[in-house]
Amino acid sequence: MSEQAISDSAFAAFLDQGQLQGSRCTSCEAVFVPPRGWCPKCHQSDMQWTRTSGTGRLFAFSCIAIGPPWMAAYGYDRDHPYCSAVVELDEGPRVVGRLEGVDTNDPENIKIGMWLVLQQDDSKSDDSRICPVFSPV
Amino acid sequence: MTKKRKLGRGVAVVGAGMSPFGMFAERTSTDLFIEAFQEMTGSVDKGFEPNDIDALYLGNFTNDFFVQQSHWGAILVDALGLVPKPATRTEGACASSALAFREAVFAIASGFYDIVLVGGFEQMSKQSTEQVAEGLALAASPYEREAGFTYPGVFGAIATAYFDRYGATREHLMNVTIKSHENGRLNPKAQHQRSISEIMASRIEKAASRGQSPPGWQDEKEFLADPQANPVIAWPTHLFDCSPISDGAACVLLVGEELAASFTDTPMHVRGLGQASGRNLHAADDLTSFEATRFAAREAYEMAGLSPADIQFAEVHDCFSIAEILHGEDLGFFDPGTGFKAVAEGLTRRDGPKPINTSGGLKCKGHPVGATGVAQLIEVWQQLRGEAGERQIPAKDLRFGAAHSMGGTGGTCTFTILERW
Repeated sequence: MSEQAISDSAFAAFLDQGQLQGSRCTSCEAVFVPPRGWCPKCHQSDMQWTRTSGTGRLFAFSCIAIGPPWMAAYGYDRDHPYCSAVVELDEGPRVVGRLEGVDTNDPENIKIGMWLVLQQDDSKSDDSRICPVFSPV
Repeated sequence: MTKKRKLGRGVAVVGAGMSPFGMFAERTSTDLFIEAFQEMTGSVDKGFEPNDIDALYLGNFTNDFFVQQSHWGAILVDALGLVPKPATRTEGACASSALAFREAVFAIASGFYDIVLVGGFEQMSKQSTEQVAEGLALAASPYEREAGFTYPGVFGAIATAYFDRYGATREHLMNVTIKSHENGRLNPKAQHQRSISEIMASRIEKAASRGQSPPGWQDEKEFLADPQANPVIAWPTHLFDCSPISDGAACVLLVGEELAASFTDTPMHVRGLGQASGRNLHAADDLTSFEATRFAAREAYEMAGLSPADIQFAEVHDCFSIAEILHGEDLGFFDPGTGFKAVAEGLTRRDGPKPINTSGGLKCKGHPVGATGVAQLIEVWQQLRGEAGERQIPAKDLRFGAAHSMGGTGGTCTFTILERW
């Protein structure tokens, strides 16, 4: 897998396998999740896949009551908000994704800093979105 | 490090006009732009001939999506009767027409043109709220969109990070909203022209006329804390934290500084310009500050030889109430982590030491996104000229005012300082 070209579609395919993969610059060792094929620090393209643990902490979030039409099609609405989040991975980088397994109608009890783990997103298997889904540990 | 910027030739604003902002089902972007243009022509004190305009720079974000029409430059040039003048459209999400303003300044400063029309417009109300959320999210990164983030969600997440870091709460967002409505009620062009207490009184009256028991709000914050009155859009962002869905257009006339006296005795001079790009939500170093705003502000202050303390008032990009708090800090008006206290203490009120968003801001004036950058500069122009009517800043001797625009999740930010001589 490590020879696979760095791309969003490969990132999404890894997510489908339950893996959160980023890229590492062979020059400065910086890690990017989602992966970048071009290091914005060194301005060079010698990047390698690197697998993250898929665990991290909640950095910021919102419980969204009015989403775009495609989220409404999944059944989310004003009575059933979904949670979009920024997660700081153990390895350092932050990713955006969705947070499941929390009560989105009681956001006061969703705590910044809570431990999260990547979960396999098998609910929307027909629609491969580039979106890691996390749940509380 | 950046070098200190300067213009090769001074540039002045000599006219300004805007349509009302609101939801106008029967009016097109062209209708609204013509109204703005007509008001602008009337605002040029010594008059001017529209055919003397050398070129147009027009900002629009995504009418392509909102009304399925693009190529607006030529359409508006034809509608205004200015064929064959060249027109260039700029796109920088909600900062689109702030970019048009900069490009027009550069075109004049280079000596290539003398008289340039800068405009902005957007027509959003033909879409459902969900579609508008989707259309605006076109400015987000693909990762943000794929995660379901809308802009109320992006700024909701930013608010949770700010709250967690500095101890602010929803109540501090309410202070911004209440202040914006106090200003918006004095702006005849604003989409929302009622204070929060006036909105409360009207709802109490409506309940009584229907024979219902009146809501028991004791004050504005109880109203804003009531989920029936102020429903959640993307927690912690509630309806009254959000700028509205708006239609509208705005334009200003720019000329080479040495020509300004033939248009007006009170031109406003472009003193500082800054623009910068930033990263999106997951890649940003800090969610409680927009790096592009900080960079753009520094560039403009250095060009102008001014500091934040010299700016007597500003329009800032309050697409959501938390944004106004962050911008006050990023522009250097308040220290990091103190912007929410400054609002609570009334420092940003119209009669305070640093009035912010005297127009009512995007929250109350309205936010037809492509029109916003120019409309903010029109408020600065009016305040500097003493023509802001009931909402005129009471402080005397206004000399420096500024406007801050932001596109996306801080991806495109501008800061423009105007000066009255």
